[in-house]
Amino acid sequence: MRASLYVLKAFAVTFRRFVETYIDDLKWFFKGGFGKRYSPEALPVRQSPKGRGVFTVQYPAERLPLPERFRAFPYLVYDEETGKPRCTACGTCARVCPPQCIWIVRATDPETGKPLREPAEFHIDISICMNCGFCAEFCPFDAIKMGQEIELAAFERHKAFLLDKERLLRIGEKKGLESGA
Amino acid sequence: MAKEVTPEPTNGLTAHLQERFPGAVEPAPEPYQGLIVSRDRLVEVATYLRDELGYSYLSSVTGVDYPEGTNGLPPRFETVYHLFQPTGGPLVLHVHADREDPTVPSLVPVFPSALFQEREAWDLMGIRFEGHPDLRRILLWEGFDGHPLRKDWHEPYYEQEHKPFDSRFPEGHPVPAEERTPLKQNLRYPPGWSPRGWRPMADVWGYGPHDEVAQQKNPAHPVDRVVLNMGPHHPSTHGVLRLLVTLEGETIQKIEPIVGFLHRCHEKIGERNTWLGNMPYTDRLDYVCSMSNNLGYAIAVEKLLDVEVPERAEYIRVIMAEFTRFLNHAVSIGFTGNDLGIYFTAMLYALEERELILDLFEMTAGSRMMCNYMRFGGVAHDMSEEAVALARELAFERLPRFVDKLEAFFTDNELFRARTIGVGVLPPDVAVAYGCTGPLLRGSGVPYDVRRAEPYSIYSEFDFDIVTGTNGDVYDRYLVRVGEMRQSLRILQQALNRLPGGPVIASKPKATLKVPPGEAYGRIEAPKGELGYYIVSDGGTNPYRYHVRAPSFINLAVMNELCRGHLIADVVIILASIDITMGEVDR
Amino acid sequence: MPPRKRQLPEIPPELVGTVHITPIDAIYNWARKRSLWPIFFGLACCAFEMIGTFASRFDPSRFGMEIMRASPRQADLMIINGTVTKKMLPQVIRLYNQMPEPKYVLAMGACAISGGPFKEGYNVVSGIDKFLPVDVYVPGCPPRPEALLHGFLTIHAKMERESIRDLRWYRKGEADRSIPVPELGPDLVDWRLTEQIEALQQPAASNQ
Repeated sequence: MRASLYVLKAFAVTFRRFVETYIDDLKWFFKGGFGKRYSPEALPVRQSPKGRGVFTVQYPAERLPLPERFRAFPYLVYDEETGKPRCTACGTCARVCPPQCIWIVRATDPETGKPLREPAEFHIDISICMNCGFCAEFCPFDAIKMGQEIELAAFERHKAFLLDKERLLRIGEKKGLESGA
Repeated sequence: MAKEVTPEPTNGLTAHLQERFPGAVEPAPEPYQGLIVSRDRLVEVATYLRDELGYSYLSSVTGVDYPEGTNGLPPRFETVYHLFQPTGGPLVLHVHADREDPTVPSLVPVFPSALFQEREAWDLMGIRFEGHPDLRRILLWEGFDGHPLRKDWHEPYYEQEHKPFDSRFPEGHPVPAEERTPLKQNLRYPPGWSPRGWRPMADVWGYGPHDEVAQQKNPAHPVDRVVLNMGPHHPSTHGVLRLLVTLEGETIQKIEPIVGFLHRCHEKIGERNTWLGNMPYTDRLDYVCSMSNNLGYAIAVEKLLDVEVPERAEYIRVIMAEFTRFLNHAVSIGFTGNDLGIYFTAMLYALEERELILDLFEMTAGSRMMCNYMRFGGVAHDMSEEAVALARELAFERLPRFVDKLEAFFTDNELFRARTIGVGVLPPDVAVAYGCTGPLLRGSGVPYDVRRAEPYSIYSEFDFDIVTGTNGDVYDRYLVRVGEMRQSLRILQQALNRLPGGPVIASKPKATLKVPPGEAYGRIEAPKGELGYYIVSDGGTNPYRYHVRAPSFINLAVMNELCRGHLIADVVIILASIDITMGEVDR
Repeated sequence: MPPRKRQLPEIPPELVGTVHITPIDAIYNWARKRSLWPIFFGLACCAFEMIGTFASRFDPSRFGMEIMRASPRQADLMIINGTVTKKMLPQVIRLYNQMPEPKYVLAMGACAISGGPFKEGYNVVSGIDKFLPVDVYVPGCPPRPEALLHGFLTIHAKMERESIRDLRWYRKGEADRSIPVPELGPDLVDWRLTEQIEALQQPAASNQ
């Protein structure tokens, strides 16, 4: 009989967990009625080490807060006064990029032919990008930042994932507004 | 390693060996380390080192290609061996081989741990090892054209010897790599070769050695033997591993891991990358524990750079490495349950803790899995107050509770014990000979841990025990893992209590960094075993040679010893107890 | 996400009142969408993040896809989760060929989309879409679980817009749509490129 005792003990781990979910539900119910458990205030508590009960984030309806440092894909920052990208086409990001997915064409003065301190073209192939964040880390002018846009699924890859300067700046605009930068 | 430390010869090791083997041993010229051993007497010297001087553990075997002579040495292939005593630093042996027809005697008869590593050197570098019992290609396939790690071999997308590529700036018009090749694919064939009339080689898939075993019959029990394929698509092979099993009834006669299905050319790409550029690539080696991989690489390069790491950075490194160890062992035990047929339950609990640890990584390093956190001379970002609070909560409250839960689940569970006790027994001498490391070795009762044998970072300041097993079976390996999780928590608690303030990096990291010429072998105790990085610098911005001694890869070589005589149903559980990650096995 | 297409297919005049195509489409797509079974198939780093996605925090069973089948015969979604190497490619294609139709392919992560950071490697396939028809690409290295879930939702959106009438697997005359399995030779041997390779090798051969 003793032989099966420890199997029961293992089952008890799961059973306890099962009961815990209901206790947790009831706790939230007494705090704020139905739906309180899935309210925005409850999410950080449920997802912290203190959380009990069902661990699931109801994804499309609620989203896990992304930490400030989280990095997805790079974007370009532009100056609000002039509306021009802050990038000076120094090429640091293109040099430091480990998979070499940044392409920059430096602009030249149409009259003198001298190189200007701005990019004529700026491409990032996010189908190669490995999200390492080196470009943002080493940019001397803080002109390139790592965005937090992750929901980028697409039906096609060549046009959707080769981002040009305009699209890189637009991602920046959106994120810039959100983070207040 | 089981033996006592043999005292160093009084007149210095080099002089002693030169006396013992006149003309066969000479010190390697600057900036190389160790000794140059003559090719003809390598086996003799290695046997002597193992038997008389206590260098019982061959950690890494690899090849380096020098198409042009360097440092007064002629053009050559070099095989580099790293031997270790139970404590202390490496003894590096260099063996020179002819550039045209590189042949080196095999060390497999002395150190079976060279079994896979010499095959790898043959596969990627084209160095032939005389006397190797099974010298076939391992990561690529039989019939592949060329040996890719040779310096004069270029991949189809070859653009330039080193990154950064000039085509990216200042005239960087985006051109996909496909467009630069005639076939619009990552393909290149030898001149004149055509697929018409061509037939695949008979033994591309490596059935050869098995056919022989399968032909034999046991006179006492004459049944036909069956050769069975497990993988590369199999839910319990932890990735794209293929196991070729010869069975008699249900009993395993021969089992052979066939790897290379995830060979991502890590080392070739690593030699093109800048020094820093390799850091995010190391994340993708053992993708379960990226922080440890970062740490090993940082330590290897720091040996050449000679930088001082600030104290806070060292503490943060230890904290991250130990969280990674906890995470890896939790997931590993969870998967063991999955492979046993407990299905998802244990694994879901483990993955829940993983998510919480990943939250910490994300908060600190910016990414869940591919942290890219360490830099040469420190770490990339400081740990915020919030992150320290989360780490404390995890290390002091949540994770100890989880270990208890895991133990309640498994340790005394009769079903678990019935499946694991006495299964996959690894005797300590076999484990040492095969160069096994990590929980696999310690489960056999050998108290070898790089954190104690050759302390790196600040591990010497922490109080922790080396957990060992007694019988060396799957159950003992499980117990070692659980014990190590508790020890990790002990280290974490000490580190978090003593976490000092101050900077986290010696100086702002430079994008293009030049590393002084030389060679270094940085090794750490990664969760899966000893992770070593062998790097050679020629003083430039890119590694000249970059080799990863992956613990999973070398631990896998012992699979045949572990499984022979067991039932086919035990294969998955034995494999789970070795704990491999294919990203690291195949690199 | 592209807008839903709610256009009714044309019903021949003589059948008006007897045939109802749209509801069938709607029911059919609704049923398929909510019972998408992925194949339990792991290639590389992204596989581990996929396992993370399929664990309790993100829990795709909310979308009716908690069952991951190890057998391709029971699956209808293939998540290419990681670097496809040349050595692994024949197996991947074989698995795809064994999956019953209708079947979908989701390329998860940079490596599956284009080869990603390992693109330049000699053993890496530059994107699985060179061989398999990919329905949805999810960028990231690896994509966060939310990104993968968003990829699933994108596949759902694609399914919603499909109609039984014009799906490729219900068309006649395409009995064998299986993809030729490449072989391992001096490099990966893609049989579809035979003529191109020959044309390419001709000058090389005559030069010798």
